[in-house]
Amino acid sequence: MSFLELKKVTKIYPNGTKAVHETSMNVENGEFMVFVGPSGCGKSTLLRMIAGLEDITEGNINLDGILINKVDPSERDVAMVFQNYALYPHMNVYNNLAYGLKNRGISKEDIEKKVNEAAKLLQISEYLQRKPSMLSGGQRQRVAMGRAIVRSPKIFLFDEPLSNLDAKLRIQMRLEIKKLQQKVGVTSIFVTHDQVEAMTLADRLAVINNGLIEQLGTPIEIYNNPKSMFVAGFIGSPQMNFLEGELKNKTLTSEGFEINNVTSDFNGPVILGIRPEHMSQTDKGLINLSVDLVEQLGSDNLIYGEIKNKKDFCFRCPGSQIIKKGSKLSLNINDNNYYVFDKSNGNRVN
Amino acid sequence: MIRYFSSNFSHLILLIGIFIMIIPVWLIFASSTHTASIINTQGLQFFLGDKFLENYTKVLLYEGGFFKEITALKMFLNSFLMATGVAFLSVISSLMTAYVLVYFRVKYATLLFWIIFITILVPLELRIFPTYSVMSTLNLVNSYWGLIIPISASAIATLFFRQFYKTIPDELLESAKLDGANTWRFFIDFLVPLSKTMIVAMFIFMFVFGYNQYLWPILVTSSEQYWTVVMGLKMMSGSIVNKFAFVIMSMIPPVLIIIVLQKYFIKGIFQDK
Repeated sequence: MSFLELKKVTKIYPNGTKAVHETSMNVENGEFMVFVGPSGCGKSTLLRMIAGLEDITEGNINLDGILINKVDPSERDVAMVFQNYALYPHMNVYNNLAYGLKNRGISKEDIEKKVNEAAKLLQISEYLQRKPSMLSGGQRQRVAMGRAIVRSPKIFLFDEPLSNLDAKLRIQMRLEIKKLQQKVGVTSIFVTHDQVEAMTLADRLAVINNGLIEQLGTPIEIYNNPKSMFVAGFIGSPQMNFLEGELKNKTLTSEGFEINNVTSDFNGPVILGIRPEHMSQTDKGLINLSVDLVEQLGSDNLIYGEIKNKKDFCFRCPGSQIIKKGSKLSLNINDNNYYVFDKSNGNRVN
Repeated sequence: MIRYFSSNFSHLILLIGIFIMIIPVWLIFASSTHTASIINTQGLQFFLGDKFLENYTKVLLYEGGFFKEITALKMFLNSFLMATGVAFLSVISSLMTAYVLVYFRVKYATLLFWIIFITILVPLELRIFPTYSVMSTLNLVNSYWGLIIPISASAIATLFFRQFYKTIPDELLESAKLDGANTWRFFIDFLVPLSKTMIVAMFIFMFVFGYNQYLWPILVTSSEQYWTVVMGLKMMSGSIVNKFAFVIMSMIPPVLIIIVLQKYFIKGIFQDK
């Protein structure tokens, strides 16, 4: 039996909006699970149902062998880090951390010990007497995490905790969260719409779209083997290129080129997906790209251009390669790293 | 330069305003320290006289009313009890009403709120008949509770607290819930401390409101024991200097309340910033 089990969990809001459809998944003890998807896909609702902040319309949630559908949030033994941190503005950092412990009737000495330990772990010991309004964004973030850690809950829930930070701090905190989770070893669920955050943090990743889990797996599995066009487009940066085409007797025709021996028995209109990093320049390649724009990132160059009817086709090459606007490139797909999707429903067919 | 000029200019306007408000009060105060004959023959005095102690002690110990049952000191006590009672009860009741309206799953909470709000349009003077009859049925005529209860529910204070609660992010409640705070704890540990500044402001406001009541105390009390300061101003007999002294003394409690609580008020504001 898994640590956290979701069985056919459904959420329908009173106004009839279906936010989550019969979602089932298991999270193992100590695992770092990430829910990723676009805004409004139901990922936060799912997290809030686990926390007990939203009622469950149908289905069951089991935590550590106990059915928690009707258990009050305060008794679920879960801790949550909110997007805007939700620190208690009138309490100093010490009391912010201690409040949950006080409510559980823990003795004063134990509270002090636990708060000091957590503060040391998060390097916020020197701010314990300060009010949240006197802290910077990163420090507030740490206090919010401290408040979760100090209670040693069964599970950590993170609801887009990094989206209020600036880019540099976000990367730093991302690293710290991952390190911290490995150190403390508590099962965690992290909700984000940022696919880089999702890829870097997750042990396993659930890509959610329209209230459904599109795919569940390790980040690399999902990157290498997306099951649908949505997942393929969502995971990976820059985004995968999608070209319209036709598959007939294992031969794919698209935008002025052909691919033979496609490993699929599907016949009909398809979408061909190629990742920008899965191509390289050759003398006589499949794809002819006329360059419109070059983005130089230093380590890499992102080349955007046109192939026949498709605009903004992206190709990624090392930063040492100098490519000028207006030039023509000939590209090959490396190691048959392409994806074919059924045009009608977006499902992978190769 | 312009800044310097404009700041001086605004100070000048403020000073003029202060003078306009203070001069009448000063005239009464200065006159209250003279003998009645000076006031009667020479009019209001701008400079202090030498009868300060004499006039003020006389007023404080003066026994007023038809039955001579009331002294000025007792009136101050009555007024203080009434104003504090009104301020306490209305702050507590509006805090809790707002809490229920905003945080509980009350059906038609907005409609209920507006019904409460409409009571602003129905002042005590309009509902004085039924209110008196209720007080009389409850046997509260001629008692402190009778003075306090009918004016200790404030729609305006409810409005202020409600609007303030609505600005508190939901995450705070959710976070508190996960930290094990129940309905009561959330109110005591979060909403009360967070609205401290507003509580003090409303307390001052309602204290002055309670202190200034005139018509209701006259109606609900027939015993001289329950005379308040504002009633006393009208009912007190005696020489003009004593009346002046009483007017000045009647201003002290509200001013004192504002001065004492202002410290917390300002502290509250700066803490949040």
